[in-house]
Amino acid sequence: MDIFLQQLINGLVSGSIYAIVALGYTLVYGILRLINFAHGEIVMLGAMIALSVIGLLTDSGLPGLLIVSLGLLCAIPCCMLIGYLIERIAYRPLRHAPSLTPLITAIGVSIVLQNLAMMIWGKEFISFPPLIDVQYFSISEATINSVQIFIVIVSTLMMTGLNYLVNKTKLGNAMRATAQNAEVAGLMGVNANTIISLTFVIGSALAAVAGMMVTMNYNVAHYDMGFMLGLKAFTAAVLGGIGNLRGAMFGGILLGIIESMGAGYLGTLTNGMFGSNYQDVFAFFTLIGVLIFKPSGLLGKAGGERP
Amino acid sequence: MVKKILSAYCKLPYCKVISSLLLGLVLLTLPFITDYALGRIWVRILDFSLLYIMLALGLNIVVGFAGLLDLGFVAFFAVGAYSYAILGSPHLGIHLPTWLLLPIGTVLAGFFGILLGTPTLKLRGDYLAIVTLGFGEIIRIFLNNLNAPYNLTGGPQGINLIDPLNFGGISLSQAGWFPAVYNYYYCFLVFVLLIIFTTHRLQYSRIGRAWVAIREDEIAAQAMGINTRNIKLLAFSMGASFGGLGGGLFAGFQGFVSPESFNLMESVMILCMIVLGGMGHIPGVIFGAIVLTVLPEALRYLGPLQNNVFGKILVDPADLRMLVFGMALILVMLLRPAGLWPSPIRKQEFDEAIEDSND
Amino acid sequence: MTEKLLEINGISKHFGGISALTDVSLQIQHGEIYALIGPNGAGKTSLFNVITGIYTPDSGSILLNGKAMTGKKPHEMAKAGVARTFQNIRLFHSMTALENVMVGRHCRTSAGVVGAVFQHPKAKTEEMAIKNRARELLEYVGIARHANTVARNLSYGDQRRLEIARALATEPLLLALDEPAAGMNHTETNSLEELFRKIRADGVTLLLIEHDVKLVMGLCDRITVLNFGKKIAEGTPDFVKNHPEVIEAYLGVSV
Repeated sequence: MDIFLQQLINGLVSGSIYAIVALGYTLVYGILRLINFAHGEIVMLGAMIALSVIGLLTDSGLPGLLIVSLGLLCAIPCCMLIGYLIERIAYRPLRHAPSLTPLITAIGVSIVLQNLAMMIWGKEFISFPPLIDVQYFSISEATINSVQIFIVIVSTLMMTGLNYLVNKTKLGNAMRATAQNAEVAGLMGVNANTIISLTFVIGSALAAVAGMMVTMNYNVAHYDMGFMLGLKAFTAAVLGGIGNLRGAMFGGILLGIIESMGAGYLGTLTNGMFGSNYQDVFAFFTLIGVLIFKPSGLLGKAGGERP
Repeated sequence: MVKKILSAYCKLPYCKVISSLLLGLVLLTLPFITDYALGRIWVRILDFSLLYIMLALGLNIVVGFAGLLDLGFVAFFAVGAYSYAILGSPHLGIHLPTWLLLPIGTVLAGFFGILLGTPTLKLRGDYLAIVTLGFGEIIRIFLNNLNAPYNLTGGPQGINLIDPLNFGGISLSQAGWFPAVYNYYYCFLVFVLLIIFTTHRLQYSRIGRAWVAIREDEIAAQAMGINTRNIKLLAFSMGASFGGLGGGLFAGFQGFVSPESFNLMESVMILCMIVLGGMGHIPGVIFGAIVLTVLPEALRYLGPLQNNVFGKILVDPADLRMLVFGMALILVMLLRPAGLWPSPIRKQEFDEAIEDSND
Repeated sequence: MTEKLLEINGISKHFGGISALTDVSLQIQHGEIYALIGPNGAGKTSLFNVITGIYTPDSGSILLNGKAMTGKKPHEMAKAGVARTFQNIRLFHSMTALENVMVGRHCRTSAGVVGAVFQHPKAKTEEMAIKNRARELLEYVGIARHANTVARNLSYGDQRRLEIARALATEPLLLALDEPAAGMNHTETNSLEELFRKIRADGVTLLLIEHDVKLVMGLCDRITVLNFGKKIAEGTPDFVKNHPEVIEAYLGVSV
């Protein structure tokens, strides 16, 4: 029982991060029908930029929490700018080309960002300096620390905020209209280019925060951390039903929990034949299983194209 | 000027015969020329180009012809390579002959193609992409971990000392008349020509038309009496079997396999070859495969180049290489969205699409 | 052999809470030209999709030549002899006109991978026959001169004709045409009418969805009128024209 609760907590934490990254994929996919392969790299850049700033300020004598916040505050606008530039340079000129062409540029952007990061920050793992006094709380026999609580709270807040933004505001209306039909939205006076740019900017801001949370959770950052994380988050978005915000959140948290449960129980269940090194397989099998029975994802709209 | 000479040449009688003879001559002497001009290492790169042409043509059936986005193609490559390695190495002490190993890998990969295809073909384009990607990762993770409880794949270390390709008692890895890399070049060339021949014939057949029909409009294709499920499965298994064959050849050539060679980036790379070259267009795909195999290798010369220009190495060429590669990928797609060498019809479509968007 | 080619009994189809078709029955005789008319959203295309196997009906049955076909897949319906065109033309856009029609021969031919790669005599003969038949059909619908034009570059009228040729290539017993004359001018409609008569004379039964009342009245033997997914009238053009419920459905007033 104690493992269960502990794995549930771990899964909830990593799932919250997946959910935030998955939101970025889903936002872009909803509007452009494009798998933004470079999104995971923006998460990585967010972590790297924040860590650089934090590294510069470590010896400044400022309070730890303030330094961390400053790092985050620098990372967010940087990532927003990067997201904006990626869309302008690599995707916008190909808006009317068939979907595989922008997919290849997305892969290209991902390679470029990853290698740039490698040149700037090196190939070594960069660790998160011990600035924050981490508190541990125990719930029955499981423990949760203050960073984990912080991650869950912040991501919940961000999800609620985004949900409000998309569903309740004028900007959100314009976003949804563009996602439905960009041309008609244009006739109604919505500037599709602005909306798409904004979508990238918002998604990138989320990614920056997610990057920060990943490094805080695992205490390290690495130039290729974005790739697998992005992959998992995209899997989560598809699991929930891509293009659907609540689906991304749900899928993210579900994936996190499934993964950590898999890691915790796979060994016991299979009598040691398959250990926690099969954790990733578990995630992908879940995805395949869900899609076979519900081809549009858990919360996706049923029914395909009308003939 | 070049155009004038070309068109004058095309008017010559027998121009096709002459071109074919010239091409044949170049293909036959290519390893010698390459070796002389660039060095032995480039003959090896040439061999890899041929392998990638096979893989790209295999994936082209799935993505280019049938329009099914497959991001886990490398899984089939892995199946071919590992089945060759397991059944033809001291790892389990089994040493089947090459003429059995290659067909086994080919058929097994084709079977895996059907295995992956059956449950997933109902899925829409991008969903299919992520599921195939997941499948590729699943295969890789299994390869990485199936060293316990029974050591089947050798785990992260992989399998070593794999039997070289051997035809009629002649091992290609032993220099006979030619150095080993030459032997492999000619061997791979034969397979590549066979695969080109096969895909070309398939493209202009009842089956090839059905694939393209599904790509263009699945519902209309069904209404024409095409059993889309079977025809898609056929595409999956054909493409996969080419990948499996390539994998077998790779294992015999390389002498060792490890999960490292079969990661997602490899799948992505093969997809890039197709899109960059010109989807669905066989010459374009071949060209794309060559460019993307040669380019990263050529970029290794960025080191010496810096030395010559700046007198010292400013940036580690190994680091710079992938950066430039990524930029090239973006640039080519921006400048030539239909690929470097698209089929005439597809190019026309793209031009119209671009014109439309400029309105 | 029965006179009835297609028999539909009590077909209903719901999408979520909306019923697209409610208890629709009709029979089409061999050699007829039969029309489905009704206001927009009456369920005509839904019925087409049920007949051609794209939708599975919630209840009811479909018989073709007396054989039960309910729940068959689209490709099985095509093989059984039901071919169709689409309201919003669905050609294979990057293929030439000739290739489009050649695809239509798919379900009447058999060459597989082996035949394609080795081109043994049987496969070669078949491929030649496919090509020849496709050319004939292009000639038949009057667009032979465009055989090598890519479908997307054909004029709108020629695209409609190509779709018909492609459907005919499947050797249908029943050719179902979804608004074939939509967007056509008077002359084009007339020549299309001629084509339909020719197709019927060659032994193919026709089922049309059409808004052009003049065309329908002049061409069709019998008509079914749908409104809100229900059949409100069936009979000869004259009968339907004077049916009070039909007039109400179209004009929105009761007579």
